[in-house]
Amino acid sequence: MTAADPLSAPPSPPDASGAHPDWAISVQGMTKVYGGRRVVDDFDMQVPRGAIYGFLGPNGSGKTTTIRMMCGLLTPDAGQGSCLGFDIRKQQVQIKARVGYMTQRFSLYEDLTIRENLDFFARMYGVQQRRQRVADALATLGLSGRAHQLAGSLSGGWKQRLALAACLIHDPELLLLDEPTAGVDPKARRDFWAEIRQLAKRGVTVLVSTHYMDEAVQCDYIAYIAYGRKLIAGRAGQIPQMIGLHTWRVTAPNLDQLEAELSQNPAVEQVARFGAVLHVSGRQEAALKQLAQAQQGQPGQRWSYKETELEEAFIYLMASGTDNFAQEADPGATAKPPAVPPRRQDQADPPPSAPRGAG
Amino acid sequence: MLGYSLPRFLAVLVKEFIQMRRDRVTFAMMIGVPIMQLLIFGYAINSDPRHLPTYVEVGDDSPLSRAIVYGMKTSSYFDFIGQLTSPDEADQALKDGRASFVLVIPPNFERDLVRGLNPQILLAADASDPAAAGGASAAMAQIVQQAVGAVTRGPLANARPKPAPFELVIHRQFNPEGLTALNVVPGLLGVILSMTMVLITSVAIVRERERGTMEALISTPVRPAEVMLGKIIPYVLVGYVQTLVFLLASRALFSVPFLGSPLAFFLGFNLYIIVNLALGFLISTFAKSQMQAMQVSFFLLLPTILLSGFMFPFAAMPGWAQTIGTAIPATHFLRLVRKVMLKGAGVGDVVADMGAIALIMVVIVFLALRRYRQTLD
Ligand SMILES: Nc1ncnc2c1ncn2[C@@H]1O[C@H](COP(=O)(O)OP(=O)(O)OP(=O)(O)O)[C@@H](O)[C@H]1O
Ligand SMILES: [Mg+2]
Repeated sequence: MTAADPLSAPPSPPDASGAHPDWAISVQGMTKVYGGRRVVDDFDMQVPRGAIYGFLGPNGSGKTTTIRMMCGLLTPDAGQGSCLGFDIRKQQVQIKARVGYMTQRFSLYEDLTIRENLDFFARMYGVQQRRQRVADALATLGLSGRAHQLAGSLSGGWKQRLALAACLIHDPELLLLDEPTAGVDPKARRDFWAEIRQLAKRGVTVLVSTHYMDEAVQCDYIAYIAYGRKLIAGRAGQIPQMIGLHTWRVTAPNLDQLEAELSQNPAVEQVARFGAVLHVSGRQEAALKQLAQAQQGQPGQRWSYKETELEEAFIYLMASGTDNFAQEADPGATAKPPAVPPRRQDQADPPPSAPRGAG
Repeated sequence: MLGYSLPRFLAVLVKEFIQMRRDRVTFAMMIGVPIMQLLIFGYAINSDPRHLPTYVEVGDDSPLSRAIVYGMKTSSYFDFIGQLTSPDEADQALKDGRASFVLVIPPNFERDLVRGLNPQILLAADASDPAAAGGASAAMAQIVQQAVGAVTRGPLANARPKPAPFELVIHRQFNPEGLTALNVVPGLLGVILSMTMVLITSVAIVRERERGTMEALISTPVRPAEVMLGKIIPYVLVGYVQTLVFLLASRALFSVPFLGSPLAFFLGFNLYIIVNLALGFLISTFAKSQMQAMQVSFFLLLPTILLSGFMFPFAAMPGWAQTIGTAIPATHFLRLVRKVMLKGAGVGDVVADMGAIALIMVVIVFLALRRYRQTLD
């Protein structure tokens, strides 16, 4: 496995050929239709080898469906691409042999023991020196003593760890983790991410979907999807600039009242509350600055410009995607794209109906 | 690595065996159900019932009347439970189900017979269940005939009924005593195999999807055929065990003979198991939950029991029912098993039945494979 620093490569230049050696995943125009609804719609994604790539989006936005298409579990209705250099349409068997896929829902056998589960997947992948490999995995998990316990009797957090161990048993080059830490306590989540970073350091590419902001910030790259469409993708650090959001930090004696007032202001697109401060964001830099200067005079209010961080960016993106369920409830309705923020700073005109902040 | 792999197939197989062993209830059902059904159908069900409760109202104390009553007793069809004194009582006994039959021999029956007055004997039967009344009623005519024949000798010879100008010889072949068990028990094998094989396979496969484990399973490089075979073969073995238990029990408990060719049986039986497993597989491709798979399996069991000739004679069914029956694998397997076990048939005698099963199998396997490809997606 090569561990050349792929992060030094420029982020996501469009790649027509598909099978670029630097890309672990490179897909274009991926589309999946369920019952006439484009659940994933014209989706492109480039994942550099060795990167930790975060995949975000509201419930029902198509993350799981996309991941399934990339590892050969679903055939896309349109689009093509490659995964680890293999065609996702024709070489699904080769892909499956090199990918570890951790499903969103626990999908090991609850009526097999921990050891039997690991052993089963080791056999399925034709792992060499299987017994040793399984014993090592058990030791790493710290489950050697409980190897004969049924997997179904494990707690949720342990199940997730076991599932991760099972999809690592064949030393995959690419890990697809679908909400691996849902329902896991904070300490276990930190451990989980420490392990993911370890793996990435060894050259394993990791694509991980998550709803947690503190996990998103640990990714090298991030893609955000809503309604099956990609809203934004790029290096994690550049996402805020790509959205073009400007943020002011505000403290005031009566935060609740101020929050309500600011939400009405046309220059303010989002007001997010972090403890005793408000983060007031918008894409119209000048208008926001004017507002700040005007408000500074008010008693007790303090406004200071701050760099927009991922937190604000995601709150902004999520607000634009919260309608996914409404769409789900009415499958007959034609998919109305949400207010799509511009992908690059240089794209001027903001969309007319920008969402208002969620706190 | 990219071709079919024996280790992967074995991995599925081993996993399936472990799961089967852990699932105690299903496992007990697989062995318990055949034995229970064998006992119920073999002992409890009798299409030629005997020892039916019978009242008598005999107004004639003569050797002839006594001979008739005695003849009824020894026929084993009638069990006398008491004397009645009035016709009203007889009606009441039939109505409330205390008696299946009431025999009324009028006063002076023998005297009237000798005088040539053509007296009547009344056998009132509760015929609400035709099957229950049929065998005994048919036997009655013969009993009276014999009794009259025995009594009308010497001086009474002129009252003797004239023999018919011909003799009807009835040969009850293959089951001379007309025992229901000999017919039901071999047929039951078809029903039991059909029930367990279809149900267990469909549920075992749907379970994989319902619990979400299918997703992890097919995210490995496993091939559909490896999954299919690995999941099905354990249940083939279950079928073997069931059949063995069944054959031993039917011989020990009901003395059902096995007269024909074991090879013919073996071939037909394997075909039949495969056709049922394929059917279970087919069901699993459209059932969304284990519950649904179970319901569909039970739904399909009905025609297997009712239209295959297991419960009711095939030839007695109307044309449309026979047409449906012909499409049911159990129909042909039933014929095959009865032929082999009771009639001593060899391979040559059951080729047509095997052909029919094979044809049904081809259709089902074709459908199952087509559907399976689609649902993997
Ligand atoms: N097999 C299917 N048949 C029909 N519709 C489906 C199927 N699988 C997914 N969908 C629909 O596709 C949409 C996207 O689902 P998907 O599971 O990919 O979303 P997700 O982003 O993973 O959501 P979550 O965060 O809740 O896991 C949903 O509206 C869902 O209802
Ligand atoms: Mg999902």
